Amino acid sequence: MSPARPGPEARGRKQIHLAAHFPGVNNTTVWADPRSESQIAFSSFEHLARTAERGLFDFFFLAEGLRLREHKGRVHDLDVVGRPESVTLLNALAAVTDRLGLAATVNATFNEPYELARRLASLDHLSGGRAAWNVVTTSDAFTGENFRRGGYLDRADRYTRAAEFVATARELWDSWTDGGRPRPVDHHGEHFTVRGEFTVPRSPQGHPVVIQAGDSPEGREFAASAADVIFTRHSGPEAGRAFFADVKGRLAAYGRRPADLKIMPGVTFVLGDTAAEAQEQAAEIRRRQVSPQNALLAAEQIWGVDLSSYDPDGPLPDIDPDPGSELAQGRVRIADPKAVADSWRALSRAKGLSLRETVIETTGRQSFIGTPEAVAAEMDAHVQTGAADGFILVPHLTPGGLDAFVDRVVPLLQERGVHRTEYSGTTLRAHLGLPEPAPRAGERNRNVH
Amino acid sequence: MSLPPRPLHLAVALDAPSRPGADHDAADHDAAHFVALARLAERGTLDFITLGDSFARPGLDALAVLARVAPTTQHLGLVPTVTTTHTEPFHVSTAVATLDWVSRGRAGWTVGVSTTEADAALFGRRSAAPPAEVWREAGEVADVAARLWDSWEDDAEIRDRATGRFIDRDKLHHVDFTGGSFTVRGPSIVPRPPQGRPVIVVEVTGTAADAAAPADRVLHEVAAAHADVALVRAEDPQTAGAARAELRERARAHGRDPGSLVVLASLPVELDSSADAVGLADLIRDWHADGAADGFHLRPADPARGVGLLVDGTVPVLRHRGLLRRGYAGATLREHLGLPRPANRYALAREAS
Ligand SMILES: Cc1cc2nc3c(=O)[nH]c(=O)nc-3n(C[C@H](O)[C@H](O)[C@H](O)COP(=O)(O)O)c2cc1C
Repeated sequence: MSPARPGPEARGRKQIHLAAHFPGVNNTTVWADPRSESQIAFSSFEHLARTAERGLFDFFFLAEGLRLREHKGRVHDLDVVGRPESVTLLNALAAVTDRLGLAATVNATFNEPYELARRLASLDHLSGGRAAWNVVTTSDAFTGENFRRGGYLDRADRYTRAAEFVATARELWDSWTDGGRPRPVDHHGEHFTVRGEFTVPRSPQGHPVVIQAGDSPEGREFAASAADVIFTRHSGPEAGRAFFADVKGRLAAYGRRPADLKIMPGVTFVLGDTAAEAQEQAAEIRRRQVSPQNALLAAEQIWGVDLSSYDPDGPLPDIDPDPGSELAQGRVRIADPKAVADSWRALSRAKGLSLRETVIETTGRQSFIGTPEAVAAEMDAHVQTGAADGFILVPHLTPGGLDAFVDRVVPLLQERGVHRTEYSGTTLRAHLGLPEPAPRAGERNRNVH
Repeated sequence: MSLPPRPLHLAVALDAPSRPGADHDAADHDAAHFVALARLAERGTLDFITLGDSFARPGLDALAVLARVAPTTQHLGLVPTVTTTHTEPFHVSTAVATLDWVSRGRAGWTVGVSTTEADAALFGRRSAAPPAEVWREAGEVADVAARLWDSWEDDAEIRDRATGRFIDRDKLHHVDFTGGSFTVRGPSIVPRPPQGRPVIVVEVTGTAADAAAPADRVLHEVAAAHADVALVRAEDPQTAGAARAELRERARAHGRDPGSLVVLASLPVELDSSADAVGLADLIRDWHADGAADGFHLRPADPARGVGLLVDGTVPVLRHRGLLRRGYAGATLREHLGLPRPANRYALAREAS
């Protein structure tokens, strides 16, 4: 299994880690495109996962939402919506892929450690060591209405719960002896009490890979202490480098090395035969993502009032936003709506933009636009200059949106010596270059809190 | 002249025998082991396989195992046990619906409960409760799961380019369910699964319910109210037949068509040789002729051996006698079982108003 050309590490270039995001529920999929297929049929997931594996990606990634968004008290109807439950789906994808890592986003607030640790360890066994868990903490009373725990937790409490959740899961994953027998776990913490034997043996990669997505200082600290990968939105070179330095700088306090945590921003891409063609296509995609209805909706989320009588091709509303509005639920709150509205109005005046054009300008940045050569070079530069360890690619078409990237960009990354030409390992930890956690069942590692 | 034979339904349990004190078997954690057994069962044109589960049971999550098996089979029904006592009803409903999506309409769900302190201690949230109580709750979970499966009408996704609407929100519904110990707002995040509602299975014992413990009465009520398939553990055809009649009567009392409840006799079987396999075919013929059940759920002591003998020994004899079909006529588990795809309750209500 020797690579086709000299080992890239030998040439001193950092490897780019690549992951594929399935564009399930979102407002960026161009679902009206004739090539757009089902966001729920298994065939769609199979297509994207097989494409990612063809491109020798590290993993396939699924986001999660536990309540459908609402607008004006009714289910929001403009976005792609409806998705399968991630862990179950990934078990099925394990049957149609061989090496690709399989990452599920699962909320730590609305689950219990024993059950989720068992489900993830099961996925790790059934996939031969390819499981990953993206620990998210999004929690609001709105989502809580679907669960018997109900309610929600403050940000600080969410992350202490998540940290104890992951620590407890690790106790369970570590609880089997080398001889292949379970040893009882006895965890008493602030959030959880778990007593008994874990019924699943140590999984093929020791522990499923832990991913974190969340940007507050609490979130970054949690990632530094417990995660193997961070999924971030900071993808531009400057923002990426600042985030990278900040998070990697937090690792030493936990006795970890910079290489122990991979930073992977979520990014989009648009390819063209020429730079101009790529720019043209990118503009067209933006126009289709921000339909007149979506433009009004985006403005309503900032203004917090009904704007349906406004013309999307006309000027911005001259009224002030309602800061206490409950108009949109299940979305991230905008911290200072008045400031955002003012900046939109300034931009609109300066460039003479309509409401819709302003929304197109201000929302949804596109990350990599250009010829395959330009995109490969730019991605490589990001990684070599410490803006990221790799990327989670978010295509804007389901399920074929990754095809062109794998066909046209991956070979160029391989030529540059920054992307593998075959999988050298079988587990996701091996793909990411992460060590397998040492078994700890022999130690007194209980009662961590 | 002979009447067309009543269809004989056959299912098999893949549960490994409990081996108290024994070492854990590597096969219990190996996808290839389950894939091989499932493919064998499909070769025998069985209606479905079951895989039991509980949190303290050695082995992998049963629903995960059958999701892993789904893409490796085409027709076979896949029925894991999912327990309701410590799991969020919303998660139960979305996981089972997803099994139906990934198997293109072949999912079932054996409703399970947990009454042990050992299970409760793994969660540390509530202590073990009496069976009657957890079964009452399990009935509510089955109910809300079915409502969540209906919470998207079949044609809710419209992708209407003219208006920019991806879904018709009039066809998505809050379920607003209030049970004894939980509430769920809804709608589901998973669109209505291919079968409309995956097949709900409840295991009951065949004892006369009136004389039985309160827990058995609740269990029979849950089966009568919510199950598409009841698995009756009985030792003889008379007991099984009586249980079938009783369950159907209760289903009628719930306003259901009694014929919409398929009752299978669930039998432990020891298969060690071809002679055993033929003996099983005789027993099935006799019980079936007695009208004891609509079919059989067989629980081999050792699935790795038993499923092979069943498929290569028992199944050909049953086919030869004209009791068992030679191929699958339908694509979904409901079609195998002769059960209609349920109408959506919210669509019916909307059309009625
Ligand atoms: C790139 C990224 C992706 C995320 N994906 C999800 C997701 O799929 N599901 C979810 O519930 N929350 C998701 N989140 C939300 C985070 O888990 C977190 O709750 C949120 O960012 C607020 O936490 P913070 O204040 O630490 O940023 C995501 C966050 C980021 C930055």
